[in-house]
Amino acid sequence: MKSLIVKDLHVNIGDREIVKGLSLEVERGKVHAIMGPNGSGKSTLAKVIAGHPDYAVTGGEVLMDGENILAMEPDERARKGVFLAFQYPMEIPGVTIANFLRAAVQARMPEGEELEATEYYYRLYEKMDALEIPRTFTSRSVNEGFSGGEKKRCEILQMAMLAPAYAVLDETDSGLDIDALKIVSNGVNTLRGPDVGILLITHYQRLLDYIVPDFVHVMVNGKIVLSGGKELALELEARGYDWVTKDEPEPATV
Amino acid sequence: MPVEAKAQIEIDRTYGDFSYPEQHAYDAGVGLTPETIEYIVDVKGEPQWIREFRLKALETFQSKPMPTHWASKDLNVLNFDDIRYYLAHGQRPTRSWDDVPAEMKETFERLGIPEQERKFLAGVEAQFDSEAVYSNIKKAVGDQGVIFVGSTDGLIKHPELFRKWFGKVIPTGDNKFSALNSAVFSGGSFIYVPPGVKVKHPLQAYFRINAENFGQFERTLIIADEGSEVMYMEGCTAPKFETATLHSAVVELVAMRGAKIQYVTVQNWSNNVFNLVTKRAIAHEEAEVKWIDCNIGSRLTMKYPGVVLKGRKARGEVISIALAGDGQHQDTGAKMIHAASETTSNIVSKSISVGTGRATYRGMVHVPRHLKGCKNNTECDALLINTTSRTDTYPAITVRGTGNAVQHEASVSQISAEQIFYMQQRGLTEGQAMSLSVNGFVNDLVRQFPMEYSVELKRLIDLEMEGSVG
Repeated sequence: MKSLIVKDLHVNIGDREIVKGLSLEVERGKVHAIMGPNGSGKSTLAKVIAGHPDYAVTGGEVLMDGENILAMEPDERARKGVFLAFQYPMEIPGVTIANFLRAAVQARMPEGEELEATEYYYRLYEKMDALEIPRTFTSRSVNEGFSGGEKKRCEILQMAMLAPAYAVLDETDSGLDIDALKIVSNGVNTLRGPDVGILLITHYQRLLDYIVPDFVHVMVNGKIVLSGGKELALELEARGYDWVTKDEPEPATV
Repeated sequence: MPVEAKAQIEIDRTYGDFSYPEQHAYDAGVGLTPETIEYIVDVKGEPQWIREFRLKALETFQSKPMPTHWASKDLNVLNFDDIRYYLAHGQRPTRSWDDVPAEMKETFERLGIPEQERKFLAGVEAQFDSEAVYSNIKKAVGDQGVIFVGSTDGLIKHPELFRKWFGKVIPTGDNKFSALNSAVFSGGSFIYVPPGVKVKHPLQAYFRINAENFGQFERTLIIADEGSEVMYMEGCTAPKFETATLHSAVVELVAMRGAKIQYVTVQNWSNNVFNLVTKRAIAHEEAEVKWIDCNIGSRLTMKYPGVVLKGRKARGEVISIALAGDGQHQDTGAKMIHAASETTSNIVSKSISVGTGRATYRGMVHVPRHLKGCKNNTECDALLINTTSRTDTYPAITVRGTGNAVQHEASVSQISAEQIFYMQQRGLTEGQAMSLSVNGFVNDLVRQFPMEYSVELKRLIDLEMEGSVG
């Protein structure tokens, strides 16, 4: 089965170790959720998978369908099928969503092949309708002046257009009210399918009411300390993170 | 936000980096003396008054010091004795496209001027070296009574119009380089639009430097008579040469009562060109003058398009984009001289500095005490790409009296590493991400350029930015 495999991953920022020997396998067609308290290294994991230059991988591997992607530039990983929905999407002043996405779609096409404009807009509008995004959105600059909900919807729209093999959603629920959360969750649910593996990173169980995961992992202090089915999320919600941190004796080895 | 330090860059300038064998029928040799000027006047067959005008300008030029005290010491590199001041193919302006020499058509080809733009060339004045090679006014324009000729033709055939305004907007002694231009000018356009005539097609000129050590000194004078409208477009690319090349143009615009002039420039000089240009307009009552200016390339560009708002309710505007690549200095800005009540001016300037590039905004807004109801708006935004890039802003705004409104906004921004990462995460290479961000930064101004120029502009920015990372 095709999957994204994280093997004994160690990550530093400067001299400080943030991820301390983490292993995980996300199969295509499955949704994995990683939950954990603030500062556990969840977002670091997301950025390392995407290839953020600020993080130093000091050990381990990230294999995408069998290929180690750690030596690749972020854009190469992206074109191979890794997508990261950002917790804090960046503003790109003056660049419209339509132009940005067009450049991104074009970047995935073989050299010398030009994206057909009408076909592109047809697809774009189709995805926007599904996400309840008004057409006027396309002429706005990427994330500039967007509300929290608009930013997250824009991330999901990009995911829909770029059809990744593996999508990492970093705190996609943060800053969303309940209506926006429903729309975004619906968007993610329509993108679920046998061709994509999804890794949901979240602090709260709330998101998992709407996007029901196949597996739940608890991350504490740079490692996964507990894994289980979707019911694990509910247990965490009821008992708090203290429950798992107490269960896990320090120091842990993987 | 963190700013990523980047290695020095190699800009791919292949776009303008080629030249063809020189064939110059007339050549004034190198250096500048009264004999040089006599030679130019004789070869061009100009009248006596121009001979005197030029000789006097030469004296003014020689008496003025190099303006290094406020601008750039780099000007000291210029050696006026090494420059060739006049050079021509000795051809009369060509009437039709078929008559244009094949090697020049090839030049257009290499510059990627799109096919649909060729038809625009039917109404174009194209300058290669110092003579207009191709000057063919579209028939419709000619029928409207519009005069669109080279500056030499203008002064010989239309002295009554030409003499009235020539050197009046920008006097010879305005600065050292306007004096130099007044002494040795050749090429450029003379345009007269009769009262009430609205010229539908933009009038275009392509300039090109094509000889080593050859300075180009074109002189353009545009007169839009009462209630008329005209748009003029010029685009420049230059091949790369080993030694410094001087380009020093003078452009004078006169907008009579209620007239509208738009002057559009897109320039892409090679790294060794000194581009020292004086551009100014006089706007009479209720007239509108708009300078749209894009400066890419050159070693040093000094250019501050200005409008003297001479009549009540006149309007002046300068929209400018400057891209200073590695080792380049773009010292650009605007001058708005309010000389009547209820006049308004608007300046929007955006600059991008790459590598060790330096962009300077230098502005002057002047509203004297006795005027009422004048307005000025100035916005200047700078974008720095690398940590070695530099930008400076020198806005000189003098407003006296009461009842005038002035506002000034300036910003400096950077493309953050996080923005680049975000775009890379969507599959764009670092170079593509840079390019897209820079195009985004200037996007609102680029939209104001005519369609074919905005496409060309985007391509020029792409070319500059693709090589700016790595």
